[in-house]
Amino acid sequence: MNDALVQVREVHKVYHRGSERIDVLDGLSLEVPEGEFLALMGPSGSGKTTLLNLIGGLDTPSAGEIVVGRSSLGTLSSASLASWRAGHVGFIFQFYNLLPVLSAEANVELPLLLTRLGRSDRRQRVATALEIVGLSDRAKHYPRQLSGGQEQRVGIARALVTDPTLLLCDEPTGDLDRVSAEEILDLLEELSREHGKTIIMVTHDPAAAARASRVLHLDKGRLSRESGT
Amino acid sequence: MKFLPLILRSLLRKKTRTVFTILSIFVAFILFGYLAAIDSAFGLGVDLVGEDRLILQHKVSLVQLLPESYLRRLEAVDGIIFVTHCTWFGGVYRDPKNYFPQLVVQPERYFKMYPEFLLPEEQLSAWLEDRTGAVVGRATAQRYGFKIGDRVPIQGTFWRLADGGSTWEFTIRGIYDGAEDGTDTTQFVFRYDYFDETRVASAKGLVGWYMLRIRDPERAPEIAAKVDAMFANSFYETKTTTEKAFLRGFANQIGNIGAILTAVLAAVFFTILLVSGNTMAQSVRERSSEFAVLKTLGFSDGLVLLLVLGESFALSVFAGLAGLATAWYLISLGDPTGGVLPIFYFPPEKLVTGLSFIILLALLSGLFPAIQAMRLRIADALRRS
Repeated sequence: MNDALVQVREVHKVYHRGSERIDVLDGLSLEVPEGEFLALMGPSGSGKTTLLNLIGGLDTPSAGEIVVGRSSLGTLSSASLASWRAGHVGFIFQFYNLLPVLSAEANVELPLLLTRLGRSDRRQRVATALEIVGLSDRAKHYPRQLSGGQEQRVGIARALVTDPTLLLCDEPTGDLDRVSAEEILDLLEELSREHGKTIIMVTHDPAAAARASRVLHLDKGRLSRESGT
Repeated sequence: MKFLPLILRSLLRKKTRTVFTILSIFVAFILFGYLAAIDSAFGLGVDLVGEDRLILQHKVSLVQLLPESYLRRLEAVDGIIFVTHCTWFGGVYRDPKNYFPQLVVQPERYFKMYPEFLLPEEQLSAWLEDRTGAVVGRATAQRYGFKIGDRVPIQGTFWRLADGGSTWEFTIRGIYDGAEDGTDTTQFVFRYDYFDETRVASAKGLVGWYMLRIRDPERAPEIAAKVDAMFANSFYETKTTTEKAFLRGFANQIGNIGAILTAVLAAVFFTILLVSGNTMAQSVRERSSEFAVLKTLGFSDGLVLLLVLGESFALSVFAGLAGLATAWYLISLGDPTGGVLPIFYFPPEKLVTGLSFIILLALLSGLFPAIQAMRLRIADALRRS
C-alpha cells in the first residue's frame, strides 16, 4: 500500500508545433507524500509548470498515469475533474489571477459558490481564510487597492477556503519584492507545518526552494537530481 | 442566484461599453414598440373585427351607391340574421386637415351591429329624439374638444343639401367608447333618415354599403356568393366579403405597411444583434484568463457556458424590458401624429413578440462567445496570460 498523496507514473507530455515534436515531460515519475512541502526547480522550459498542471488536472498527459489521493486523473471526465479540483486542490498563481471586478472577499468566496454551503457559512469560511492570511481588514478592498503581497495573500486565501489537501503553487513569489516574498513563504511554511497541507511549489528562486522540505530539479522533462533542505 | 453578483459584476467590467450596448438595445425596443403600434394603426384594427360580419358593396367600387331597398331582401336571406347600411360622408370640419371619418348610419341598427362601440343607453335615446343629432367616438371628441350638446358644422364635399347649401349642422348627442384598446373611436356618425331627407333629390334612396351579420361564420363564403348571385345582372351588382377582408383591402390601398415595417425592424434587430454579439465576444476574449482561473477553481465547462449566457441574458433582458416598458408608456400617451393614426396602441400580442425577441437576442448574441469560453483550454489560456 502506497501512502503517497501524489503519484506520477511514467508521464509523458508531448506538444506539437507544426511538424516539430516537443517532449516537455519524458517518462517522469514522482511521488509526493501527504504533508510534504516540495519545491520543483529547473530552467525555463524544463516542464515544471506542465507537471504542476498535470498534477492539478488542468491538462492531460500524453502517456502515463497520475494518481492523487484515490483518484486516477486519467479516468475522470472533464466535469468530474472540475469537481475534483474544486474539492481537493488549491491553486496559487504567480500573477495572483484575482478577478478585478470582485472584492477580496468575493474572490475568496468563488470556490465556495460550487459547494452547497449557505451564504452565512460561506461568509464565515471566507472570514476564516482571510484571517489565516492576515487580511481580515482588507476584505472589502478590490485587487487594484491591494499591494502585490496582499493580492497574493488573497490568492492563497482563495486556494485555502475549501480546505483542500493539496496546494499547487506556480512561482508564488515570482512577482513579489523580497519582503513580501518572505511573508508569503512564511505563510506557505505555516500551512504545511501547522495545517498539514501538501504543497508542491514551482520556483526559480533558490531562497524560496530552501523553505521546502524537499527540492527536485527538472531538466528537459526529466528529474535530474534531488536535494533535501 | 448565488452566481448573479458575479454575472452583474462581470458586465460592469467595461462600464462604457456595457452602457452603450444597453442603450442600443433599449432604443431598438422602443422603436419596436412604436413600429408595432404604427403597424396596428395602419391595419385599421383588422384583427379586432367580428368574424360574423360581411360587407356588401357595389361590384365596381365602394364609391358606387346601392339601393336602400336591398336591406329587406338581404334580411330575408337564410343565414343572415341582421342587416344595416352605411354611407361615407367625407365632409370637412372647419379645415381640410381636420380629418375624421363621418358616416351616415341607422342609429339603433348601427350600434347593434357594432357592440364594440359602447354608447350609454340614455345617449342613444337622446340621439333617437334628435334627427340632426350625431354621435362621436371618444378619440375624435377629445381631439376637437367636442362635448354633448355642441353644435358641429360639417362642410359637405360631394354631398349637397337639397337647397343647394353645403353646410350640415349636427348636435352631439352621445360619445361612444371602444370595448378594447384597438377599437376605432374616431368615427362621427349621424342619422340616415335626416341625411336622406335633406340631401339632393337625385341621390335619395341610395346608400354606400351594407353590413351583414351572419349566424355561422363558417358559411361566410357561401352566403357571400349567394347574395352576389341574387343581385347579379342588375344595375347594382354587388361584391360581398368578410369585414376583415374588406378592411385589409382598404388598408392595403395605403401600401403594404406591414412588410415595410417588418423590413425596418429586421434591419434594426440585425444591427443590434451585431452590437450585442460584438460586446459579448469582446468581453469573453478579454477575459479568457479569468475563465481559465474559474475553471481551475473547479467551475465546469457547462457552468462557464451558463455564466456567459447569463451575462448575455442580463444585458438583453434589462435593456429590452426597459425599452418595451418605455415604449408602452409613450404609446399610452396617444397618437404622436395628432390624428393621422387614430387607432394607436401597443397590441398585447406584439408584447409577446417583443419578449421573444429579447430571449432570441440574448441567446444569439451570447451563444457563440459562451461556447468559446466553454471550450477554453485552461493550460493554454493560463500560458497566454
